[in-house]
Amino acid sequence: MKKIIIALVMVTFTSLVSASMKVHMDEANIDLHDKASLQRGAKLFVNYCLNCHSAAYMRYNRAGKDLGISDKLVKDNLVFSDVKVGDLMKVAMTVEDGASWFGTSPPDLTIMARAKGAGSEGANWLYTYLRSFYVDESRPFGVNNTVFKDVGMPHVLWELQGMQKLMNAEEVQHGATPEFALVSTGKMTAEEYDTAARDLTNFMVYMGEPSQLKRRSVGIWVLIFLVFFFFVSYALKKEYWKDVH
Amino acid sequence: MSMLEKTLGWVDDRFPLSKMWNDHMAAYYAPKNFNFWYFFGSLALLVLVMQIFTGIWLTMNYNPDETLAFASVEYIMRDVEWGWLIRYLHSTGASAFFIIVYLHMFRGLMYGSYKKPRELIWLFGMFIYLALMAEAFMGYLLPWGQMSYWGAQVIISLFGAVPFVGEELAVWIRGDFVISGATLNRFFAFHVIALPIVLLGLVVAHIIALHEVGSNNPDGVEIKKVKGEDGVPLDGIPFHPYYSVKDIVGVVVFLFFFSAVVFFMPELGGWFLEKDNFLPANELKTPEHIVPLWYFTPFYAILRAVPTMFQSQFPGVVAMGLSIVFLFLLPWLDRSPVKSIRYRGWIYKFALAVFVISFIALGRLGTLPAGGIYLTLSQIFSVLYFAFFILMPWYTKIDKTKPVPERVTSK
Repeated sequence: MKKIIIALVMVTFTSLVSASMKVHMDEANIDLHDKASLQRGAKLFVNYCLNCHSAAYMRYNRAGKDLGISDKLVKDNLVFSDVKVGDLMKVAMTVEDGASWFGTSPPDLTIMARAKGAGSEGANWLYTYLRSFYVDESRPFGVNNTVFKDVGMPHVLWELQGMQKLMNAEEVQHGATPEFALVSTGKMTAEEYDTAARDLTNFMVYMGEPSQLKRRSVGIWVLIFLVFFFFVSYALKKEYWKDVH
Repeated sequence: MSMLEKTLGWVDDRFPLSKMWNDHMAAYYAPKNFNFWYFFGSLALLVLVMQIFTGIWLTMNYNPDETLAFASVEYIMRDVEWGWLIRYLHSTGASAFFIIVYLHMFRGLMYGSYKKPRELIWLFGMFIYLALMAEAFMGYLLPWGQMSYWGAQVIISLFGAVPFVGEELAVWIRGDFVISGATLNRFFAFHVIALPIVLLGLVVAHIIALHEVGSNNPDGVEIKKVKGEDGVPLDGIPFHPYYSVKDIVGVVVFLFFFSAVVFFMPELGGWFLEKDNFLPANELKTPEHIVPLWYFTPFYAILRAVPTMFQSQFPGVVAMGLSIVFLFLLPWLDRSPVKSIRYRGWIYKFALAVFVISFIALGRLGTLPAGGIYLTLSQIFSVLYFAFFILMPWYTKIDKTKPVPERVTSK
């Protein structure tokens, strides 16, 4: 009986596998334990992202505390306006200004990593996105993105990466992996830029859920305790049930 | 007489404390042959209590204001001590509640727990299920994310399909022409006060009715029919301590899986926390796929499976309503002389298997875009879902049953 049910369920589900076309994503392979990477990512974030995008649910000094940066260093290196280190990472640009300059107001980035997918899905999206801007003269800022079609944002990191063009635009439309070629060089080599994109992604994944490392480390102890308590509770049950026949 | 006994005596003279303890725990005789499927009643109670406590602590920092709600949830996740844990316990608890309740209901279907004399237990249980769905639906609006907003928008607009009064009805429920701060405020009130009170009252009624007639068991044998000289059922054992210690084992196993989700994958790949809900509600930006949370998707699939008639979605809404109404009628649709699946014939076993597969398949289909093969499959499984109920009076009557033993069997 059980076997029949399992077989039927399997048949039902294999026939339901979604056939929708997926955009190619590169593996971000971030490491939330790598403090140096997170610190570099934080610096990139405040320098390049935080001018237009806010991170309005995150406090400067919370990032400082978690990333091992003292309040003084936070103040000197990460805070560019006259706000306090305990303040939220807001931007001066208003929603209305953003909408008139970019066609749509730049979204808040605090939890963008989670909005792009659970687990490594969000990280892979951000990492691929940051590396997939290409020249497209038909767009207002002269760039497009293979991950986010007709994106309303300029390629802010162009001075680091340089500008690239998409070599196989036709095939990409049918699901092929995009191939890029640099048309102008930036300050960084391709490897250095990939590392920068990974650092920035790392920081954004951290910022999406600052307590995630603590969550996992507490979780291990909770599970160990439950395994131990299982044996205790099972022994107790056995002892009581000895006289039930 | 010790101080404790004196105090207890003093209380017992004024309040039936010992009597209640005996009636419901120490001298409540439960069949000794409960199996795996009998853990889910006590687990449901555990999760209910957990939801109430985590809910109280969330309410201390949550702000039911359309401009502040989303930020207040992130405030809980970041600035409130252990706020992330309280929030994940509550969000995972909601899905866990439905998993447990579905398994609990499936147990009832397998062992005929809704049959005479337990019809009222089943009805109270079904009302608990209804209240739980309302509780979950309204609670999901509170984080004020994109899916909160658009999910509520879609579901409430269904009321607009009711002929003649639909539009006024939908506006009356929302308190506005679209989902707005007014809706958020009233949903908050229902979620934290009105529905929890209803739920608790129904749970008490469910348990009182259960303890009045006694528990069913995997054999579907009435243990009260065979009593010893002391008036105690020969196949019964006191709930406390036997089942209280056994249920602790079940609780520990449940908490292991529950904690694995809470601490290591609170989104469960988007099934428990949808990714679009990490974006704040935006009434100008409709998400690509609006999908209700998994526990509603079987009914959502039924709704979409019914074609629009006379330019109205109303027939789909009626079908969705009926899919739940039929569950209420089970005690009167089932004509079988036996309760447990162990002594029923192959027809009921087959029907139940088809029903379970249809329910799961509809749940999956409800998360996929409606159209093409998915729509056809939804329609096939919807028909099978309803056939389980509509044909039940007939197939349970002609099904060949086996003789039911006098006493419960071990294993």
